[in-house]
Amino acid sequence: MKLMHNILNKIKPHFEEGGKLHTLYPAYDAFETFLFVPNHTSQSGTHIKDSVDLKRTMVLVIIALLPCLFFGMWNTGYQYHSQLIPGMDGYQSVYTALDNFLFGFWKVLPLIIVSYVVGLSVEFAFAVNRKHQVNEGYLVTGMLIPLTMPIDVPLWMLALSVIFAVVIGKEVFGGTGMNILNPALTARAFIFFAYPTKMSGDKVWVHSADKLDGISGETALGQLATLTDVSSSNADVLNSIGLFSSDGIYSLYNSFIGIIPGSVGETSVIAIIIGALILLFTGVGSFRIMASMFLGGLFMAYIFNQVAPETNLFMSLPAIHQLFIGSFLFGMVFMATDPVSAAQTNKGKIIYGFLCGVLSILIRVFNPAYPEGVMVAILFMNVMAPLIDHYVVQANINKRLKRLKVNE
Amino acid sequence: MDIKISKGADIKLKGVADRVYANVPNAEFYAVQPPDFHLLIPKMIVSIGDIVKAGDLLFYDKNNDKIKFSAPVSGVIADIERGAKRKILRVIIKTDSEIKYKKFPKLDLASLNRNEIIDNLLNAGLWPFVRQRPFGTIANPSDKPKSIFISAFDSSPLAPDNDFIFHGDKGLFQLGLDIITQLCDGTTHLNLDGNSNAASAFSGAQGVQINNIYGPHPAGNVGVQIHHINPINKGDVVWYISPQDVVTIARYFKDAKYDASKIIALTGAKVKKPRYYRVIQGASLQNILSDNLFEGEKRVISGNVLSGSRVGENGYIGFYDFQVSVITEGNYSEFFGWLLPGFHKYSLSRTFFSWLNSQKEYDLDTNTHGEERAYVVTGQYESYMPIDVFPVHLIKAILIEDIELMENLGIYEVDPEDFALCEYACTSKVPVQSIIRRGLDLIKKECS
Repeated sequence: MKLMHNILNKIKPHFEEGGKLHTLYPAYDAFETFLFVPNHTSQSGTHIKDSVDLKRTMVLVIIALLPCLFFGMWNTGYQYHSQLIPGMDGYQSVYTALDNFLFGFWKVLPLIIVSYVVGLSVEFAFAVNRKHQVNEGYLVTGMLIPLTMPIDVPLWMLALSVIFAVVIGKEVFGGTGMNILNPALTARAFIFFAYPTKMSGDKVWVHSADKLDGISGETALGQLATLTDVSSSNADVLNSIGLFSSDGIYSLYNSFIGIIPGSVGETSVIAIIIGALILLFTGVGSFRIMASMFLGGLFMAYIFNQVAPETNLFMSLPAIHQLFIGSFLFGMVFMATDPVSAAQTNKGKIIYGFLCGVLSILIRVFNPAYPEGVMVAILFMNVMAPLIDHYVVQANINKRLKRLKVNE
Repeated sequence: MDIKISKGADIKLKGVADRVYANVPNAEFYAVQPPDFHLLIPKMIVSIGDIVKAGDLLFYDKNNDKIKFSAPVSGVIADIERGAKRKILRVIIKTDSEIKYKKFPKLDLASLNRNEIIDNLLNAGLWPFVRQRPFGTIANPSDKPKSIFISAFDSSPLAPDNDFIFHGDKGLFQLGLDIITQLCDGTTHLNLDGNSNAASAFSGAQGVQINNIYGPHPAGNVGVQIHHINPINKGDVVWYISPQDVVTIARYFKDAKYDASKIIALTGAKVKKPRYYRVIQGASLQNILSDNLFEGEKRVISGNVLSGSRVGENGYIGFYDFQVSVITEGNYSEFFGWLLPGFHKYSLSRTFFSWLNSQKEYDLDTNTHGEERAYVVTGQYESYMPIDVFPVHLIKAILIEDIELMENLGIYEVDPEDFALCEYACTSKVPVQSIIRRGLDLIKKECS
């Protein structure tokens, strides 16, 4: 610790005004403040300041994401192993939880490394170029992006989407705190529209599903989407109803635990709830957004239940089950609550969350080309959030003007 | 009237002043400091070497020559300290062994009308005690305020306990109120802390409207009270005055002399024996601080830790301050401070494990615990802002210097001190109070 401090102090002059490496000062500063909370003292205003800072806030979100990450690693292994049949490479009759986890660990780790290395490189490049400090925003984005990807996404695509997200999603607006869209969702939207074959269909959600015959990696939503095909016969419908019944693979129980195919981090409701509790308890995540989005989704799904034709399983799936599949809850807890791109006023947050929930289910059900309605819904509401805030603030202004008139 | 405030927070610090008076010799040097009066440009009447009595005028306001400032003690003008651009920082008086008072005419309160009272206050140099909202400057004596506010309690961290200070008040406070209420056709509001038993001087006050304010800091801020009781619209002026200054005014009318003594609390974790002191306006802090501070680097603040000003161990008590806080200077780096559990790191949020021990009193130092960042977290200021404004929107309106938007968002209702808690809690370490001050100054400049 003391040693680190001495080394930093020794190399610091090279990066300071007049030093050879002065242009790289933001990079040095980011490294130094990563290791040490700096010795700055308050120079104006309050003489004391709260212990919390942006680094702490961001790291708490990462901690809240860890249950999803670890479960996602295990589930990657589980989904793959559970579909192997005797004679295939790597087949064992029994797999321990550790086998599953380690298998997934080695599959997910490259995604995380690529996401952070590429994303932080772009951030540092912008910081050096614009001579400002490196903001901590990417710490969370860098973890969110791999968790929203299918396990077999090619690393170069991931890298490309990360670059797109940081540059177009964030830096062109002025960096952390200034962006309109959630960067992690921007990355996912980019890859979804640019390389749809790697982001949808039934062959991407389980490792090697596209190479090995007999492995099906359909997500619950993908399965439901096939039913709105005119060609689907009654037998298909009955088959699907079976998949969602209590002993099917997409049962409420399995969706709750998370042992279904899907993006790396989105499947387990339990893991997401643990994350949500961490965010809510520490006050980092907005309760207003989470609660109102949940209610919005429940409301829309319930309405569909009431009006659903008998054969439309997508609409008649029980409301709570509807929310447990796909990335609705993951998006609700970790994406919609992004304070920069969400509504910023307290009333606005409630409206924003509710509409996020309603739209997610609406898009999911009525436009099966986008089975991940959540992503599109949240991005759309990100764009609408400033408008919602505008009206909330305007109401306050009008109240004040009215008071002025009454007094006159 | 009962007002309940739910937003805000009480920060528990070490070093609450014990309810006893300490005896120390009177200070040798006293200072009247023009920077204590926001936006004041002083015009000197005295020069170095002049002999003054307590109550003799030292300087006046260049923009309003009726507003004058007098010497709190008798003695010789030892120095007139100047800063950048020859700005006058303080007028220092070396005091005599015994204070000689300037003799003012004996007044009969009953026979005085409003203008005569104001003239008397102006000529005695007592007028600067009366301040106004918006802007927090000295009141303009030619204004007609819509009401007058006196906050009988201070809710800020380690604040002096006025109920203790006013215990045993022998009618002086009531006499002061009788004078103050004459200044305004509207109501004079005396606001008490609903959560404690007010001193009888407060609870028994006559001729004023007594309001009980319940809730955490900033419930004691006069700006918060005004907002909930008689909010300021564009064009309104409300005057306010501190309870001890009411007594100073009363003493002038009773004894016909400028007796600017007051009681201050010496507080903070770096003070060996935090206690109350009787001092005279502008006293040097040397006597009360010597042999009473712990070792180590420290910061001496006139006022509270949220909105007071840094004065140093040789500094002077500020004109409007009734408290001196001494806290640890936090110029240390902390290895992975943002990552460790933080059982000892106090935070209003629950992002550190110190929430396990939220009732403990903390020795908070001046470390900023992080660097300034763009706004990311939202909804944080709202939890500590009992005034119905949108804090971040207002701050952004100030940053883009949009005066109409600032007015619409309610800048006339706020003062930097009302935002102090927001600034304390801010995750992005934004200098909120100085931004608010900048916005108010801009409006004052553009609209006058």
